Amino acid sequence: MKLVYFAWVRTQIGIAEEEVTPPPEVGDVAALLAWLKSRGPGYAAALKDLAAVRVAVNQEYAKPEHKIAAGDEVAVFPPVTGGLTESATGGGVPWR
Amino acid sequence: MAVIRVQREDFDPGRALSEIAAGRPGIGGIASFIGLVRGEAAGRPIDTMTLEHYPGMTERALTAIAAEAEARWPLEAALVIHRYGKLAVGDRIVFVATASAHRAAAFAACEFLVDWLKTKAPFWKLEEGAGSAGWVAADARDDAAAERWIKDD
Repeated sequence: MKLVYFAWVRTQIGIAEEEVTPPPEVGDVAALLAWLKSRGPGYAAALKDLAAVRVAVNQEYAKPEHKIAAGDEVAVFPPVTGGLTESATGGGVPWR
Repeated sequence: MAVIRVQREDFDPGRALSEIAAGRPGIGGIASFIGLVRGEAAGRPIDTMTLEHYPGMTERALTAIAAEAEARWPLEAALVIHRYGKLAVGDRIVFVATASAHRAAAFAACEFLVDWLKTKAPFWKLEEGAGSAGWVAADARDDAAAERWIKDD
């Protein structure tokens, strides 16, 4: 399984990507994050507040219960902040 | 089918507008938006900003956002150019243009695209200024929008 990290998740963990083989009981995103947290202080710091991170599986946003399998590309990153700076607080207003 | 470009290099807005219009006699109007690096953020002066993105997912996300716009409005063409890498104050970051037979659809689709790429496209900003650098945190509205999107997905 390929893991990729972005922004401060990347800088806290200290690497941009890695190949891992989680134990077989790690079957979904929530379990993967819990397992990752135990891998070292950088991981624990990056994943301390799970509400502050987002996950994509194979480049699509994924919920905690999303199943994962060997061969998946799983990305962990902070909520996106976009490239625009023209609004002071950011955050586009969703269209209705 | 919208054209999506994710690139480090700057772009020429005039050329991009000409490109979108070329060979499409059905177009009656083009709306466009250009995002620039502003010189301050939350009251702090900014010198440079580095935009990090997720290659591959960025293109997928922008393509999906553009497809959503095309599903909602009768567009003749749409073009999104998004830069990444290190940018200075005043640099162009993003260009969005939408073309339709009539202006209402072009304006609405352009605003939609700009609003949504802010919350959906996987970009992160590292702002540098006055000897300090920091990753920009998403605010509550960003967060709520992202959550809503995840649920809707």
